[in-house]
Amino acid sequence: MEVRTEREDDVLVTTVNGRIDSATVSEFQHLMERAITDDIRRVIVDFENLSYINSAGLRAVLVITKNLWTRNAKLALHSLQPPIQEVFSIAGFDKIIQVCADKAEALDATQEK
Amino acid sequence: MTELRKILVVDDEPDLERLMLQRMRREIRRGQFHFTFAGNGVQALEALNRDSEIEMVLSDINMPEMDGLTLLEQIPKVDPNIRAVIVSAYGDMKNIRTAMNRGAFDFVTKPLDFDDLRVTIDRTLRHLTMLREALQSRDKLVALENELSVGRSMQQAILPTSFPETQTYQVFANMEPARDVGGDFFDILNLPDNRIGLAIADVSGKGVPAALFMMSSRTLLKGAAIGRTSPSEVLTEVNELLNENNETSMFVTLFFAIFDPASGLLTFANAGHNPPLIVHADGSHTMFDTSAGVALGVVPGIEYSQQQVRLQPGDMALFYTDGVTEAENENQDQFGLEQLTALFSGSPPTSAREATDSVFRAVEAFSGDAPQFDDITCLTLYRSE
Repeated sequence: MEVRTEREDDVLVTTVNGRIDSATVSEFQHLMERAITDDIRRVIVDFENLSYINSAGLRAVLVITKNLWTRNAKLALHSLQPPIQEVFSIAGFDKIIQVCADKAEALDATQEK
Repeated sequence: MTELRKILVVDDEPDLERLMLQRMRREIRRGQFHFTFAGNGVQALEALNRDSEIEMVLSDINMPEMDGLTLLEQIPKVDPNIRAVIVSAYGDMKNIRTAMNRGAFDFVTKPLDFDDLRVTIDRTLRHLTMLREALQSRDKLVALENELSVGRSMQQAILPTSFPETQTYQVFANMEPARDVGGDFFDILNLPDNRIGLAIADVSGKGVPAALFMMSSRTLLKGAAIGRTSPSEVLTEVNELLNENNETSMFVTLFFAIFDPASGLLTFANAGHNPPLIVHADGSHTMFDTSAGVALGVVPGIEYSQQQVRLQPGDMALFYTDGVTEAENENQDQFGLEQLTALFSGSPPTSAREATDSVFRAVEAFSGDAPQFDDITCLTLYRSE
């Protein structure tokens, strides 16, 4: 599993490759939390090259999202492969976390209104 | 030894105190119940603030100074874990509905039937006991980590070991734990009017914290199902309770169904779980068409939708966790839904036990020597006639 992060002003653009499972979930959460400094207002996560995520991974995404919510910052995921999309939708996570088709849509969805 | 349970009775009818003490004298003498009395909502709130051990309120609706419906709104501000039962005129659905909307646990009607009242008090107190146990086990969550074997035995301990089997239907279930404890569980609840509650669930995470979260989820489900007939309301209530102080952000996907053997109707609601399927007597199958609600414990304020199907004689409802469909073989192919349904297409089920066993045999044969990453759980309900 690999997490790449890049800052564009107050937006954190991240790309995750590989699997988020029991073996890698702590590292994923740690890397994300370290990159999300208090001045970040929007987090965009590219899941195109994510091949697997289990429930522990969903929980990590939830923890990260909730922490952002407490200071009114936003998160959007994008470019999920169909099996990953299905994991999010079966658990109903797509109802509370922004899941977008591509990066442009994710940037738009997290735009401060 | 029985534990003394404190109940506050609120009514402006002065005779009620004497009547209650007389009719409940046995329970009072045995040290089961202690009654406190108040004449209106204002006095009731004073009594609750004075005695924090009162856990249940039985209240009339029409009273001077503060009525019962207003009191209902005030009680959670004193303590959200107090449960209120409303006494209303028979057939006064408008007030009863308002009371339930304002969080009343149950209601009884006037003139008071003391046998019915005893059952209602008993049910409310049982609900509170389970609620308390669940909240206690959840409080211990954070202290314990990494004790997988403890977690596994806790998980095994909560699973039912006997299964209903009647002339008309049978239930059977099994759970095969992964080497590291996973978070699957199932439950079978006996509900009023011979109805039966069926739950299958998967808790996020592993180890003791997951097992404790599993225990509170199961207990809260049981508590919520006692007072309610609608699966969607049960899930909404469990979700609210799991979201109270859920700092660990654990969640559970749970499918809950209530089966009425008299009609064959299966009423269900889904909180983020894999949709079950129905296998018919001719070996064909139907997927439960559920729009998945959000998993329990994720965020409060979720409304769950509810649906209903009628099981025909020879139909079987098959509930499973993703450990079944995502079981991998040595080439990392998944067992998948197609192999699961194919299992019955040639040989339709004849009993719940045989169907459950055949699922486990098929998954085992498919996986070969590949390691098992997740718990595998399957629960079946077979309607024979």
